[in-house]
Amino acid sequence: MMKKPRGTFYLLITPVLLWLLALIVIPHMDLMYRSLRFETDDGLWVFSLNNYLAFFEDQIYWLTFVKTALYSIFVTILAFVVTFPVAFFLTKVIGKKYSSFMTLLLLIPIWIGELVTVYGWMILLRDNGVINSFLMKLRLIDAPIEMLFTNFSMTIGLLYISMLFMIVPMMSALDSMDDSLIEAASDLGASKWTIFRQIVIPYTTPGIVSGGIIVFMLVIGDYVAPNILGGKSSLWFTEQIYNKFLASFNWNEGAAFGFLLLLLSSFIVWVALKLSGQKLDKVGS
Amino acid sequence: MIRSLPCSRLYITGYRLYITLFYIFLIMPLVTICVLAFNDSNYIALPWEGFSLDWFFANTNERLGLFKDVDLLLSIWVSFKTGFFVALFSTIVGTMAALLFEEEKFRLKGLLYFLALSPLVIPGVILGISILLSSTNAGLFMEDSFGLDIEFLRPSFWLVVIGQFSFGSTYVMLLVSARLKKFDRTLEEAALSLRATRLQVIWLITLPFLRPAIIGAFIVAFLISFANFNTTIFLVGSDPTLPVDLYSRIKFSSTPVLNAVSFMIVAFITLAASISFFLNRKNG
Repeated sequence: MMKKPRGTFYLLITPVLLWLLALIVIPHMDLMYRSLRFETDDGLWVFSLNNYLAFFEDQIYWLTFVKTALYSIFVTILAFVVTFPVAFFLTKVIGKKYSSFMTLLLLIPIWIGELVTVYGWMILLRDNGVINSFLMKLRLIDAPIEMLFTNFSMTIGLLYISMLFMIVPMMSALDSMDDSLIEAASDLGASKWTIFRQIVIPYTTPGIVSGGIIVFMLVIGDYVAPNILGGKSSLWFTEQIYNKFLASFNWNEGAAFGFLLLLLSSFIVWVALKLSGQKLDKVGS
Repeated sequence: MIRSLPCSRLYITGYRLYITLFYIFLIMPLVTICVLAFNDSNYIALPWEGFSLDWFFANTNERLGLFKDVDLLLSIWVSFKTGFFVALFSTIVGTMAALLFEEEKFRLKGLLYFLALSPLVIPGVILGISILLSSTNAGLFMEDSFGLDIEFLRPSFWLVVIGQFSFGSTYVMLLVSARLKKFDRTLEEAALSLRATRLQVIWLITLPFLRPAIIGAFIVAFLISFANFNTTIFLVGSDPTLPVDLYSRIKFSSTPVLNAVSFMIVAFITLAASISFFLNRKNG
């Protein structure tokens, strides 16, 4: 290895350190500090766990918390089930010519952004929306079905905005898989289900895990889909944080809630990485 | 099951049907918006009342079209400005980070790399509130100690840029690193042995090699910024970006002008994607 002059090193590391310290490390330390500060009745600021106590005392907070966590896991699994056949189809079933065009179609909704696509779903699912009007025209139903502002519409929205992020890593994992593995298994008489479970899934696991983590993070941290498409019963934990910060201006409790959400999402990601034996740097690539 | 293996007819038909349904699911909301943008109606949804360009050009009491709606045009402009600066700063720092982590050896490298990746697993909401808290603290500190009122530490245009930059750099770093991994290191070694300085090597050899990735990363950072809502909402000041403006309109005052804006975004992205598709095909 050649000895490198250190000047360049300092030139590169200074802005990177500034970025990470000023915008990642210090803000999160502030978040934790703020979540532990509490104003007593005498107007004194003291360290206390009261902000966290508020979370456990009020049922609606921790119920929302648990619901958000479980629902995010559910949507992540749903995203896998819905998109895996598509990823397999695009990489293994049809020819390159169509595949690249169809892959491009998958990327368009990602770049359009969630606000526009969620808004599109709102128009589709309204009482006088496209789907209801269509079904009524066909005389399949007499009165509009209530679809918007339910858990159903929220799930559709969350699935739509997140699932495409799962296809891309799964496709790159499937792309590197040699077709002859499947051919060999098939020649030896394995059924489709066996091939799928014993060859395709194990081979694709890295892609599934990175895609799954991205989907999970998008869903658990989302605000737009639950807020616009969800009803009164579909409270999302991010909505509680928004309310604390932007409606009731209780930043200390908001910080505590934010910190809890961060702990929860990091914990679930950590479990997913442990269970699959992967590292975080693989998620990015 | 795969190209080379024969399959039952039922299986193939069923599979194709599923893929078709999936793509219908994917395209349905986009097509709906695009069609309804031209609906001659005062309501955002059906029924279809005939073709009209009112929601683009009208300026009457009842209808204010996209190109006449000053507030909306302003928020689009703010989003373009934000996207540009976020992309610029993220590209510079993200590229430096990629060079740092791929080419240099130093203590605590693993920890720093982990921190640089962490925005991928921090919900955008959390980044938003923690940067809001920090900047507010810093602003109060500056005011108390030096009597300085620093604008970008309060929710404002520049705070939004700073907030989006905090995760934009991560994406740039990943995209540039991916290309850097394919770089032939002997080119650098050769230049160094010919007495080029390290900086010259980066400027004359490494960066030109990385150019396609850097341009791509710039565009990605711009698009990420343009669509971001979760982080932006906490940092935004008096001039909303387009997603923030759209959100409040969807919540409180939806008129079909929303369809018109959405149509423009869908059309623009589709056009850009098609251009990149054909360019890639020509080159590749």
